[in-house]
Amino acid sequence: MASKTKILLLVITVLALSALFLTIDSRGNWEYVLPRRGEMLMAFLLTGSAVSYSTVVFQTITGNRILTPNIIGLDSLYMLMQTGIVFLFGSLSFAMTNAHVNFLLGAAAMIGFSFLFYQLLFRGGSGRQQLYFLLLTGLVLGTFFSSLTTFMQVLIDPNEFQTVQNRMFASFQRVQSDLLLLSGVVFAGCAVYGWRWRSYLDVLLLGRDHAVNLGVSYETIVRRILILVAILISTATALVGPILFLGLLTANLTYEMMRTYEHKWILPASCLVGTAALLLGQLIVEHVFTFETTLSVILNFTGGIYFLWLLMKERKT
Amino acid sequence: MIHTEALTKTYHGTSVVEDVTVDILPGKMTTFIGPNGAGKSTLLSMVSRLLSHDGGTVSLDGTPLSHLHDKELAKRLAVLKQSNDMRVRLTVRDLVGFGRFPYSRGRLKPEDERVIDESLRYVELEEMQHRYIDQLSGGQRQRAFIAMILAQDTEYILLDEPLNNLDMRHSVQIMKVLRGLVDDLGKTVVLVVHDINFASCYSDYLVALKNGKVLREGRTWDVIHPDYLKEIYDMPFQVQEMNNQKICVYFS
Repeated sequence: MASKTKILLLVITVLALSALFLTIDSRGNWEYVLPRRGEMLMAFLLTGSAVSYSTVVFQTITGNRILTPNIIGLDSLYMLMQTGIVFLFGSLSFAMTNAHVNFLLGAAAMIGFSFLFYQLLFRGGSGRQQLYFLLLTGLVLGTFFSSLTTFMQVLIDPNEFQTVQNRMFASFQRVQSDLLLLSGVVFAGCAVYGWRWRSYLDVLLLGRDHAVNLGVSYETIVRRILILVAILISTATALVGPILFLGLLTANLTYEMMRTYEHKWILPASCLVGTAALLLGQLIVEHVFTFETTLSVILNFTGGIYFLWLLMKERKT
Repeated sequence: MIHTEALTKTYHGTSVVEDVTVDILPGKMTTFIGPNGAGKSTLLSMVSRLLSHDGGTVSLDGTPLSHLHDKELAKRLAVLKQSNDMRVRLTVRDLVGFGRFPYSRGRLKPEDERVIDESLRYVELEEMQHRYIDQLSGGQRQRAFIAMILAQDTEYILLDEPLNNLDMRHSVQIMKVLRGLVDDLGKTVVLVVHDINFASCYSDYLVALKNGKVLREGRTWDVIHPDYLKEIYDMPFQVQEMNNQKICVYFS
């Protein structure tokens, strides 16, 4: 099957799932149902695309299919921040109750952290080794943030902990429409910027030496793309909360489906797969489990199993 | 001409390549020889900008490498390292197509397709062009990579141990292809080769390195001499002339 046909099929799937999601069980309450579900649909589209897109790009740069951008500890930082706010100012503080302030604080903290992180690491050395160093440092910092978070969580009042717990899992219900618009603009900007590098990403798949030989300014491009990834992931996390395994799942599904190395196909396909996965997950939550579980649980469950399977498969080859 | 001036690379205070000044003549095949750890690959990597240097300069036809834009450099100098394990599944033709990246930026024009065809023909892989790289034998794979470098259409071609893991037949095949690049297409080829007899039978010039320094350089015929070789490798050599080629015997 040609790549174009596959993209078309994915578009049809996403459209069908969207239509189903918008109309199922509406009981005629269109004025109530449509705007609410429309907003959620937008949230699925934005986060699904952003997370899958950035994971694909990140995996291309690192040359590893089981890594996700979260490895540098952004999820843990997000939780540390949410817990920190509750710990210091309480769950009724302005930064916790006002969604806008919370979003901006979260996004700013994560983007700022990524920039600082890259700045420090890019100062010395270059190439492959440096990338591994970056990943390892990220892993250590992530663990450190988690420990701090746990420490604060056991100290706070159990009622306050409820608020923190709500933030531990991604939620698409609490997304606000003007934040959607803002993130939408950010995502669109990043996607357009990333799209310009699509053929460079193909070359990066060959590894650093080949890329340099073919005239790619490796260090500059990797740095720019990592910043792009940081912005995408930070905004998505600030919008809905941490989504651990989504990117891993959808990026790999995209490779399996598209079976091409060309990013001009993989990038749009990953966005579609990401959106479809969230839509499908939500439909299952609503109509199979009748809200007895959450989308995060389903995603982490499926993604986690897939991750294990990938690990086993990689070990064999 | 590639010229290096006092080129130096240090790792944690020990220099791997020290004060190397060499000229690589255009339109000739130059081979770096020397024992393990002599700095041959490091030198080649620095000359081809894959590795940064800590001192000295590398210049291409009089212009320092650092003054050349990455994109322009890719049209003048191509390099192939020894380990070429691919994470992506590519067909031979896709791989060779990547060689056109400096010109096409990913969008192949008819002119690019023509060069790809020519490169494939040159290494005799036309019939296999739609096979995947991982389905090829070691020799075919090496030729596919050489075809990619050829498609890059550069004057300078640098290869790090192109004969690694190849049997005699495939090694000869590759060396003949490389010799053809010099004789028929007028390219400048720079190699790192471990087998002294391949170096002796195919190269025009040799640069012998030891402990990061140039020990000897010059015409192949002059460098291949028992005394010099003993000095380079710290072991006795006998040199025999057969069919106008100097063959080194060092097995016992």
